[in-house]
Amino acid sequence: MDDLASLIAGFQVALSWHNIGFMAVGVILGIIVGVLPGLGGPNGVAILLPLTFGMDPTSAIILLSSIYWGALFGGAITSILFNIPGEAWSVATTFDGYPMAVQGKAAEALTAAFTASFIGALSGVVLITFVAPLVAQFALKFGPAEFFAVFLLTFCSFIGMGRENRAKIIASLCIGFLLAAVGLDSISGDLRMTFGSTELMRGFDFLIVVIGLFGVSEILLTVEEGLVFKGKQARIDLMVVLRTWAGLLRYWATLLRSAVVGMWMGVTPGGAIAASFMGYGLAKRFSKHGKNFGKGEIEGVLAPETAAHAAGTSALLPMLALGIPGSATAAVLLGGLLVWGLQPGPMLFVEQKEFVWGLIASMYLGNLAGLIIVLATVPLFAAIMRIPFSFVAPVILIVCAIGAYTISNSIFDIWLMLIFGVVGYVFKKLDYPLAPMILALVLGDRAEDAFRQALLGSGGSLGIFWANGLVTTLVVLALLLLCWGPASDAIAALRGRGRSDIEPAEAAR
Amino acid sequence: MSSPSETETPERGISRRPVEIATALLLIGLVGIVLYDSHGRGAGWDGGPQNGFFPARVGWIFLAASLFILWQSCRRPDGVFVTYEQLRQVIRVLGPLILFVALIQPLGIYVASAVFIIAFMAVVGTSRWWSIGLTALLVPVVCFWVFELQFRVPLPKGPLEAALGY
Repeated sequence: MDDLASLIAGFQVALSWHNIGFMAVGVILGIIVGVLPGLGGPNGVAILLPLTFGMDPTSAIILLSSIYWGALFGGAITSILFNIPGEAWSVATTFDGYPMAVQGKAAEALTAAFTASFIGALSGVVLITFVAPLVAQFALKFGPAEFFAVFLLTFCSFIGMGRENRAKIIASLCIGFLLAAVGLDSISGDLRMTFGSTELMRGFDFLIVVIGLFGVSEILLTVEEGLVFKGKQARIDLMVVLRTWAGLLRYWATLLRSAVVGMWMGVTPGGAIAASFMGYGLAKRFSKHGKNFGKGEIEGVLAPETAAHAAGTSALLPMLALGIPGSATAAVLLGGLLVWGLQPGPMLFVEQKEFVWGLIASMYLGNLAGLIIVLATVPLFAAIMRIPFSFVAPVILIVCAIGAYTISNSIFDIWLMLIFGVVGYVFKKLDYPLAPMILALVLGDRAEDAFRQALLGSGGSLGIFWANGLVTTLVVLALLLLCWGPASDAIAALRGRGRSDIEPAEAAR
Repeated sequence: MSSPSETETPERGISRRPVEIATALLLIGLVGIVLYDSHGRGAGWDGGPQNGFFPARVGWIFLAASLFILWQSCRRPDGVFVTYEQLRQVIRVLGPLILFVALIQPLGIYVASAVFIIAFMAVVGTSRWWSIGLTALLVPVVCFWVFELQFRVPLPKGPLEAALGY
């Protein structure tokens, strides 16, 4: 098999000492970033991105994607020990993880969470290995209309599957598109929406927006609740790990179910958060111990972690194969690829075979390295949370400022970061989702180009979007997804009227 | 800024509805700017879509969404957006942060960081003076070592660095 040979070649690329070193550094940085409040996957990657511009793209992407794996693992530590979800998708992990820690079973909970993450991520990587090349090959046939239809599908699924207020998701997407439109228009060469400002000519760099929205605003939200974190102690020794692993076999059905849910939700964007809740909800419904959920049931840790990580990893599939990221971090990684001159999408699999397969191989190794490192070093990272926040907060903010500055050596960008920090704070408090904004900001220009090129080809007729079977299918699918949310709301409302207790999966809008 | 006394119940704060409405109005204002700019430059068809074509269409969708949000925010039961205690905490971070960003231009990022750390930790007021001093000295030095010497990323420098010969 051709792909298998490429994968083995990829392992040879990823297994150099050089790249393994980057992997380890990336995972450790990622865990730190995941554990620290105010630094999550997206802006951890965003801050480090400018420092990797001089590196070889394969090593750089291995470093950055390892940060992503590390951040995924790190989120579980704070959820379980401190009842503070490090990322939105670890919220469901706190439901049973923290009660377990309270009962003194923190080590079991952590081992279960890490292992579940690993299994979830692994199933995502397997999916990427076998499906991404097929998708990419298929996508080679795409014209501008088809690409716009895929973009449409992405945005519609965000709106339809999102858990937030739908009008706010749309508003957030629109803000992203409009921010992307500011500056030089790539087709006509005109300046748009700059109002004579030279600083705005460059447009809004999405990295600045990410650092502001996810970094600064997160700090502001964290300090609201005071500057001290109270947490549980945890030490993981080999016996606990082995005992927990032996017990995990009983839950194979839960793991499998969550992995499948996660993979499905991950490929359709905006999925990781929804996937973790769905995984939890399904496990609760089907488990024999469903009643114990929320009181420290190990299955309640396994289900959302597996689903979230399967989704988080699968989110890289559309990023690689179509150039459409499925999550905020994937969007930042995509931005990195563009900076290194690699155009993600179907052609990447043809032109940059070595890079793609090196990256995929590094996903296997990075997750394995992540699991080992995280199991070995939990006490260390839990200790980071005990450093008083009055020391940590300024350091994080300084690093954010440096990150914002280094993108294009502009102090104006630091002000922008600050403004977006305040915007992000207000938006988060008002439940405006931020991920759609980032996604639209990254994809805005390309979605617009595809739209305009499609219309140019058809002479302005919208008929181009149902001109052939493929594009029609995509558009119809997009509209179905768009209506999925309101429809399921209506069904839930009708059922809720008949029954007093609503299942969490449906109640979760 | 009204500063409440410590004895008040933590529920007191800025209520959510005015903030919701203000945000929605701000968004509508933003749409206004976008539509003005796009239609001003041409959002129609001139041998192809003009450069305001796409932003204008996004703008109209945006307008519909923000009007809907405005309508929704008037109907929702009101809640607390942020309590005064929380707001005080946020201001204690945001104040020094703004000072920090403002000082980067004249003083360079390293000196500004030191000032920021001192200001922040003094405002928060939970640490001893020597630990504040040590942090304020070490963090910029480590940053300098990492970014200036190791990664060779030029960061904004001020008179102090110039005096030291960098």
